[in-house]
Amino acid sequence: MFHLEIITKWLDEFLRTYLLDGWALFIEFVLIGVAILAAYAVLALILIWLERKVCAFFQCRLGPNRVGPFGLLQSVADMIKILLKELIKINKVDPFLFRTAMFLVIIASICTFGALPFDKGIQAVDFNIGVFYLLAVSSLGVVGILIAGWSSNNKYTLIGAMRSGAQLISYELSCGLALMTIVMLSGSLQLSEIVAQQSYAWNIFRGGIPAIIALIIYLIAGHAETNRGPFDLPEAESELTAGYHTEYSGIQFGFFYLAEYLNMFIIAAIASTLFLGGWMPFHIPGWAGFNAVMDLIPPVIWFFGKTFACIFLALWVRWTMPRLRIDQLLNLEWKILMPLSLINIILMALWIIYV
Amino acid sequence: MKVIQDLLAQMPYAEVVRQDKTYLVTVPKEQLYAAASLLKNNEKLSFDYLNDIVGIDNGDSLGAVYILSASQFPSYIIRLKTLTDDREQPTMDSVIDLWLSADLYEREVHDFFGINFLHNPDMRRLFLRQDWKGYPLRKDYDANPELNPIPTENENLEAMEDLPTVDIDLNGKRREQHQKLFEKEEYVVNFGPQHPSTHGALHLRVSLDGEIIKKIDPNFGYIHRGIEKMCETYTYPQIPHLIDRMDYLSGTIHRHGYCLAVEKALQLEVSDRAHYIRTIIDELTRIASHLLGWGCMANDMGAITAFIYGMRDREKIMDIFEQTCGGRLMPNYSCIGGVMHDIHPEFQKKVKAFVPYMRKMLKEDHILFTGNPIARDRMDGVGYLSKEQAISLGATGPTGRASGWSNDVRKIEPYAAYRHADFKEMLRSDGLTFDRYVIRLDEIEESLKIIEQLIDNIPGGACCAKTKAIIKLPEGEFFQRVEGSHGEFDVFISSKGEKYPWRVKFRSPCMTLVNTLKHIAVGGKIADLIMLGGSLDYVVPCIDR
Amino acid sequence: MEVKDIKIKNMKYEDFKDNETLESYVQELRANGVNVAVAKIDDLINWGRSNSVWPLVFGTSCCAIEFMCTAAARYDFARFGWEVTRNSPRQADVLFCCGTVVHKMAPVLKRLYDQMPEPKYVMAIGSCTISGGPFKKSYHTVMGIDNIVPVDVYVPGCPPRPDAMIYGMMQLSRKIKMQEFFKLPKQPATPQGETAEGGEA
Repeated sequence: MFHLEIITKWLDEFLRTYLLDGWALFIEFVLIGVAILAAYAVLALILIWLERKVCAFFQCRLGPNRVGPFGLLQSVADMIKILLKELIKINKVDPFLFRTAMFLVIIASICTFGALPFDKGIQAVDFNIGVFYLLAVSSLGVVGILIAGWSSNNKYTLIGAMRSGAQLISYELSCGLALMTIVMLSGSLQLSEIVAQQSYAWNIFRGGIPAIIALIIYLIAGHAETNRGPFDLPEAESELTAGYHTEYSGIQFGFFYLAEYLNMFIIAAIASTLFLGGWMPFHIPGWAGFNAVMDLIPPVIWFFGKTFACIFLALWVRWTMPRLRIDQLLNLEWKILMPLSLINIILMALWIIYV
Repeated sequence: MKVIQDLLAQMPYAEVVRQDKTYLVTVPKEQLYAAASLLKNNEKLSFDYLNDIVGIDNGDSLGAVYILSASQFPSYIIRLKTLTDDREQPTMDSVIDLWLSADLYEREVHDFFGINFLHNPDMRRLFLRQDWKGYPLRKDYDANPELNPIPTENENLEAMEDLPTVDIDLNGKRREQHQKLFEKEEYVVNFGPQHPSTHGALHLRVSLDGEIIKKIDPNFGYIHRGIEKMCETYTYPQIPHLIDRMDYLSGTIHRHGYCLAVEKALQLEVSDRAHYIRTIIDELTRIASHLLGWGCMANDMGAITAFIYGMRDREKIMDIFEQTCGGRLMPNYSCIGGVMHDIHPEFQKKVKAFVPYMRKMLKEDHILFTGNPIARDRMDGVGYLSKEQAISLGATGPTGRASGWSNDVRKIEPYAAYRHADFKEMLRSDGLTFDRYVIRLDEIEESLKIIEQLIDNIPGGACCAKTKAIIKLPEGEFFQRVEGSHGEFDVFISSKGEKYPWRVKFRSPCMTLVNTLKHIAVGGKIADLIMLGGSLDYVVPCIDR
Repeated sequence: MEVKDIKIKNMKYEDFKDNETLESYVQELRANGVNVAVAKIDDLINWGRSNSVWPLVFGTSCCAIEFMCTAAARYDFARFGWEVTRNSPRQADVLFCCGTVVHKMAPVLKRLYDQMPEPKYVMAIGSCTISGGPFKKSYHTVMGIDNIVPVDVYVPGCPPRPDAMIYGMMQLSRKIKMQEFFKLPKQPATPQGETAEGGEA
């Protein structure tokens, strides 16, 4: 297998041979920071383009195709435009909170993004409590959304923020419980460890029925956490014009926009890491030839392939389903998903003991 | 009819003139409420549906015509007329406790003619700003633009919340009381006038308790263009162009209604060919309108793909229109005496190809949206409108039929070629949002049936009767009803025998629908309000005129 | 129908209609006095700005339906990247005024325009917004929205076909491309007083 680890290792050795350890470390930190930010931005642009194309595909349209080949540069043009828009000063807002909110949202999503294992060795931090970290940091974003809605001094944003608060706090539960089943299965919270365990069989195959149930629950709850349709109540375009970010203009709005798309990526990436084997190729125990062929495909491609498959699923749902009402949304969580995930944990325990 | 004769005999003060199935009843101002109350609250035949209230300025006197019909025998109409000589402070009795729909109608008459309805608790202006000077539909209105310049500031919300009530005490003295619409601590959110899902420039002021709606106050007039006043300065053949632009989705049907009214007045014989062509075009318009209504409702519920699907099929109809009429949204096709020009040679072929295509697509639409569990769950059990309420509110069209009120003018008073077609009036009984939703799709199917029956049998002959260069209607009042895609559309023309009409009034089917929204959305969530707006499918420029 | 008597100083009418001539004309102008770096950055910025025009639909009547057709399957203005219709004026670039504007609506339109961030543009769609159109005799219609806000592109028609709207948007794109970003008028220093909700109101 061709791991990108080779490159990072080589870079590390190269720096250490010429520099003091401290300096090498410093340069590595800077490089990692730049790489994460760059990957974040590039991925966001790709995702925005992808969404517009996929949405057009579902709606019998063509989607962007004038700017660059297949409209690939469309989101680049959007980025240039949005960077240069005026940032409006609004009189009756709380200026400090108003300007802090979008940073909270984007920092939460970057922090989660950094901890994802893209490949063996391509992971900025490999905590031994990785899953816990992901859950903790990704739920910080809701604070930003609440602050944005509150500080804008606008009734629509306030309703949007309150909806978002109720929604994220509820769905965080079944999200966490669904991931817990996998943690039970692998006995570790460390992401690299969880991925390594899946080298022969991905968790959904290893964990059987409980793992499949957990995956479905996680995809639903995770989708709800990204605030995208049919769970897009906080920004419900036809109800609240633009929801919690109604008052934001220019790049301030751009931050929310980026974070929304990246959160979608993060949820899909976590799903693929914990359930679908992360960067591990598809292996069938005993079929040596087949496994060897699968190994020829680089792990990074496996990772992004699985992630984008999950993203496509999310887009498919988003462009097909109508929006839920707030009471339905909460019913779905508290009356269906939550009890189901609790039962599922017991199922998983039984599965581990008896199978 | 004997029952009606008996009823009218109980009003010794009334002058009655009978024209076929219409009774013109003139009562003195003091007896108006008594007469109205007798017609509504009697055991034999209750006139429970108030079509419209038409304000009239006769130059020396102001008046109002109440157009009433009974839901049991909808083809009989009573026009209850009353006049007042007082032009300074004209007053009339309010009938708002008899019919729920009277609320907005009375405000409209007040807005245009300055008549105050006693005891109506909400005598704000309906369309114009509260600070507008003059009453525009009076004949002596001063249209000097300096009196009413273009405002630079938004309307004062305080003034919009202030509800004046006028009444006369025992000594005959006029009193004006003021009430506040909302309490100070209420959380009032503005939906509109510029909002993605108000279907035009409608302004809903909604008082909320968390997500739950406590009170709705619709404000109109953000697209009020004064079409009725303009009609008084236009000749009869010029007017249809304005009608198209009122309810642009069923403009063709409304235009047809106007042409029928003028033809009736002129006693002009219209060829069968024109009737058939008009009917087919009307039904195509209805399909296009329902498709858009379906799509908009889905869009309001967050399913944008369904909206695009609706628009995609609508384009096929637009193609047919474009080929035959030359226009897409505004075909400008019916004219007095027939249709503007003959159909395109490929018209029949295209329409025949369209019918099976649409049937196929309807199935797809059902799969995409009707069967969707989220959509079903949201529509079920929300927005109940009872039959009595629907009649009292005057919620005609698919909305009324979904509540079980049989009100299809195509059946009650078959006009044009509808008597040659065999079709069912779609009726449902539950009156819930889902019924209003599904009845539109069912009506598309019925329309397809009508088109199928007529398209091969278009008779030969001229497509337009010859009319004089200058059309003058004989003196009198003329009334015509047609079934628009959103409900019953009425044209009322009052003529003094000149080439311009004295007064033209259009009944907007959509105004009562917004009134319905006010009644059925209370207690629901914000998302319900938006969805109900979609399910009622109103078009705001039709309300504002 | 063609408008014949357009008089433009120093330019032939045929050249005015031709995009390529105009572009070469601009290049010639810049070559004679604009800093190369600034001009290049300007080109890049204008490429971005002209290709990413997010509309705010101020749809009051009939033209809004034709606008929906433009957005829907057949005409699909997403091809040009214009499908990101923002409902909040804070995030929009161009105000699409689709439909008649009347006295009661005029302050709302003005307020929405004020709430948009610079650089902003306005398109007047349909005869009503251009001159009052069929409602010229009305007592309540504003005779042309250029009485209230500055207009960049006029699209005539009652209502204009979707093709016409797309043509109008392409003209706007072209206009943006011709501008020098660094010389655009800046927003006056006074902050906007109202929250967007007021404008939605």
